[in-house]
Amino acid sequence: MRTLYKFHGGVHPPTNKDQSNQTSIKQAALPSKLIIPLHQHVGNIARSIVKVGERVLKGQIIGRPEGHLSSAVHASTSGTITATDTEQVAHPSGMPDYCITLIPDGLDEWMPLEEHDWQSMSHTDLRHKLRDAGVVGLGGAVFPSDMKLYSHNQKITTLVLNGAECEPYITCDDLLMRERAAEILQGAEMMRALLYADNVLIGIEDNKPEAIAAMRTAVEAGKHERMEVIAVPTIYPGGGAKQLIRVLTGIEVAAGVRSTNMGVQCFNVGTAYSAWRAIRYGEPLISRIVTITGNVAHPQNFEALIGTPGNELVAQAEELSGTTGYIMGGPMMGVLLPSKQVGVVKATNCLIAASDKLFPPPAPAMPCIRCTRCADVCPSELQPQELYWFSKAKNLAKAQDYHLFDCIECGACSYVCPSNIPLVQYYRFAKSEIWAQEASQKAADAARERHEFREHRIEREKLEKAEKLAAKEKAALAAKAARPLQSPATVTIPNADPENTIQLKIQTAIDHAKEQAAASKPKNTEQLTPEQLAQIADIEARRARIREIAKAASEGPA
Amino acid sequence: MAGFFSPFISKPVGVSQIMLKVLLALIPGLALYVWHYGPAILVSITLASVTALATEAAMLKLRDRPVAPFLKDNSALLTAWLIALSIPPLAPWWMVVVGTAFAISISKQLYGGLGSNPFNPAMIAYAILIISFPVHMTHWLTPHGLGSVQLDFAEQLNYIFQGVLPDGIKLDGVTMATPLDTLKTQLHLNGNINAIMEMPIYGYLAGHGSEAVAFGFLLGGGYLLASGIISWHIPAAFLVTLFASAGIMHLVDPAHYVTPLFHWFSGAAMLGAFFILTDPVTSPTTPRGKLLFGFGAGLLTYLIRTYGGFPDGMAFATLLMNICVPLIDAYTQPAIFGKKVKP
Amino acid sequence: MLNALLVMALIAASLGAILGFAAIKFRVMGNPLVEKINGVLPQTQCGQCGFPGCKPYATAISEGAADINLCPPGGDEGIQKLADLLGMEYKPFGSETAPKAKSVAIIDESTCIGCTLCIQACPVDAIVGAAKQLHTIIASECTGCELCLPPCPVDCITMETITEKITNWKWKYPVYALTPAKYDSPAP
Ligand code: SF4
Ligand code: SF4
Ligand code: SF4
Repeated sequence: MRTLYKFHGGVHPPTNKDQSNQTSIKQAALPSKLIIPLHQHVGNIARSIVKVGERVLKGQIIGRPEGHLSSAVHASTSGTITATDTEQVAHPSGMPDYCITLIPDGLDEWMPLEEHDWQSMSHTDLRHKLRDAGVVGLGGAVFPSDMKLYSHNQKITTLVLNGAECEPYITCDDLLMRERAAEILQGAEMMRALLYADNVLIGIEDNKPEAIAAMRTAVEAGKHERMEVIAVPTIYPGGGAKQLIRVLTGIEVAAGVRSTNMGVQCFNVGTAYSAWRAIRYGEPLISRIVTITGNVAHPQNFEALIGTPGNELVAQAEELSGTTGYIMGGPMMGVLLPSKQVGVVKATNCLIAASDKLFPPPAPAMPCIRCTRCADVCPSELQPQELYWFSKAKNLAKAQDYHLFDCIECGACSYVCPSNIPLVQYYRFAKSEIWAQEASQKAADAARERHEFREHRIEREKLEKAEKLAAKEKAALAAKAARPLQSPATVTIPNADPENTIQLKIQTAIDHAKEQAAASKPKNTEQLTPEQLAQIADIEARRARIREIAKAASEGPA
Repeated sequence: MAGFFSPFISKPVGVSQIMLKVLLALIPGLALYVWHYGPAILVSITLASVTALATEAAMLKLRDRPVAPFLKDNSALLTAWLIALSIPPLAPWWMVVVGTAFAISISKQLYGGLGSNPFNPAMIAYAILIISFPVHMTHWLTPHGLGSVQLDFAEQLNYIFQGVLPDGIKLDGVTMATPLDTLKTQLHLNGNINAIMEMPIYGYLAGHGSEAVAFGFLLGGGYLLASGIISWHIPAAFLVTLFASAGIMHLVDPAHYVTPLFHWFSGAAMLGAFFILTDPVTSPTTPRGKLLFGFGAGLLTYLIRTYGGFPDGMAFATLLMNICVPLIDAYTQPAIFGKKVKP
Repeated sequence: MLNALLVMALIAASLGAILGFAAIKFRVMGNPLVEKINGVLPQTQCGQCGFPGCKPYATAISEGAADINLCPPGGDEGIQKLADLLGMEYKPFGSETAPKAKSVAIIDESTCIGCTLCIQACPVDAIVGAAKQLHTIIASECTGCELCLPPCPVDCITMETITEKITNWKWKYPVYALTPAKYDSPAP
């Protein structure tokens, strides 16, 4: 028996998992349309590479990863692109983001898929494949997986596979482990090899005995000698990566420290499964298991295509009347979707149809009575009440001193607060305020630098000009000395002339432009799609570069 | 619909339930109080409660705050009960009213109401009263079984509201100094502890009657600990410190220093340990801070009791430690997850 | 007596040496106050404060020649920061100045004649372009100072306020109310 460690605090909210884990995973029906956001992952937004009207095949890349940290986005089924525009997305702001709308043609026609044997591939290729397959962390963090599968200079001893699923209501990992254990383990084996890790610890909360049994059987059947399935106590937030790492290995990973520096890497079971499918069968991440529960007649898990509108999915579990909205994720950390139509994304592990009965309106918030119940349950061992006072007073520096950024926003403190204070809300506010301030400070610093550099440059140019002038005068004097007959007027002309010509040229140009502006009233630059804008920007950038080069070249010899 | 942001669920234990449980925990002590001193205390409690609620409501109105949610939080009620329990049961009505009104209006609401008062309101009331009306505050009802005369309920009411005692009975006849007070006076008269303890006013461990009441509070405290309403840190640190300092002095000079158990079970020690010092609003928030707070209060209580001018040190010890709370909090911040030494 | 004097002299000498050393070792170059004030100013370099840039304004403040409430891009928060830094009272904007939302300049590229006049005006070199070529603004470097507007002979530059988008969205300050009414207000 392995010794398990404990983390401080934690709460035991009613799990509410039994409603949805009774039936097996069901394939969701093909929706009438798919709204696929281009930014479903941590990092840079993917760039759209399809045009409106284009027919795409299932699994075809429609958003290409941009830059170092990014991930690809694919067509979830075959069909026609009808819009590449901004739509409401699953984000607490309720603001629109770039999405691609796809109307399925019902054929569900795959693009040609490449099957691979990961053992015969180089690690770099594997990572590229994962990135192009859009594999990201499916536990909710949606961090591009390829970026987590490096083991540069630190030795990674343990790969932790997270099947804890501590949030109430959610059962998607539970069902995945029960039904597809073997493939999860294949994926884990591949990840372990990529990380050169010694062993794999699979943590599953002990309220999922079927999943534990299924995984244990699969470990034996698959002869995965370096893997161990470990039942961990059921406690929220025991499925937080840091908490699970602590429970399984005793290692505490502080904020701002990478777990890899301490020899541990952590992946969700769903991610391992998707990574395996992506390599073995070449299937990109176009669907995921979503728990549909709450105010529905038949709570259960669906395998849903990314982009499926929430209401079409919930309808398949028969939404009941009185549903006021959908919560994406669990009740502790989830977000209330801005509308029911918002599409399923890679982070959507669960949609809870909320009703007043299931989630009664919170009681009014009272003042903090310093009872420290929040500190008693905080898994990060913070003093939430202090953070609350400082955040409330907008004393952001002080909040940071009290380790605001170690808060994982688990909500345990709000859950127990007898005064019903929306504590996490204050922390979210304080954090985003600090980020904004840091960003504007950075911008100000950059502006100052650029300004100072400019002043410096102007100074230098002035000096150079003066020098040149002096040199010229000297030369002129010398010339004069050599040919005393020449009139001095010719020397001064070159100085005055360019000014006049410039003025003249500008005037003609102005007139010209005015004519042009009058002629070309209807502008075509107003309603552009993001792609067109991106293209324009691209072209402009190229032009600018060329201009720079040209400028440098023309200035060079002068 | 629930709130707009997670968490969407919460554990249904509110401030009012917590305060209610604390009130419940006072019942055993209160019952023993009535048993030993008669029902006068119930009158003071009622008086104090009514005054507290009325003052709270008036102040909230004045401060333009919603009245209903705050009246329902039971915190004013708790303050009222604690005031009534810490002053003599036969205190005249105006003393109860003045003390409670002062506690609620000045030391609670003027500082910002629930959660914002730096000092324990009940102890402020006690301090104000003992400074303003020292004579009244040192006359305690004689417990049943002691003294020659016993007032019945009607006579007690008469005294509380009209200040008149039955013919031929003087105040001194039905009241007496507290055990702690008596001890101090007797020691001044060069008495010996063993001899003093033979006086009828003393019972098994401490004052006759009052020791039982203290025991009742201990029981209530046990309930509070068991139900997780308070943490063990403050009561434990306080009681251990009081015990240790009394114990050391008792060992050194048993003739002039009473036993540590005497200190535990006399005065407001038990009430203070579980109900007053543990007031979350006026005590530190960190575990180490709570220990420090309890330690300081224990030491101060002992020092004031033994060397100070007041019979009991609980109130002043509490207030003095209240002052230190922000400092204690600032210097006892615990190490957080991941910033401790590695396992 | 003599011993005492010697000891005192020795102490005085060593203390003096330490002070002297510290003065050299920890000397701060330049005027640190100006740098600090400048660090708080938004560096928009717009001159709306009446000085030709943030640094001159910072210098003026440090010399006591200017008030702390003259910088519109800094907003109320900026004044507050200056007040905190200088240990002064917060002072609201005067009647003529008001805080301003951050914006960026946009060049209408169909009208731009490539005259380079705006390039010369931009205090942070955020405009690229060369003579008779289209000019364009590097939005990420533009401070929104509006200094490029007046020199443009064809008025092709406009200012666009930066609105909240999903990428720069911030969590709002929780509404702290004692009535459940707070949840009736629409989500931000
Ligand atoms: S939300 Fe933050 S402060 Fe609150 S319990 Fe979780 S980690 Fe601690
Ligand atoms: S649980 Fe709520 S009332 Fe208690 S200390 Fe924390 S924030 Fe304050
Ligand atoms: S008004 Fe403009 S130039 Fe003056 S300090 Fe503010 S940003 Fe700088």
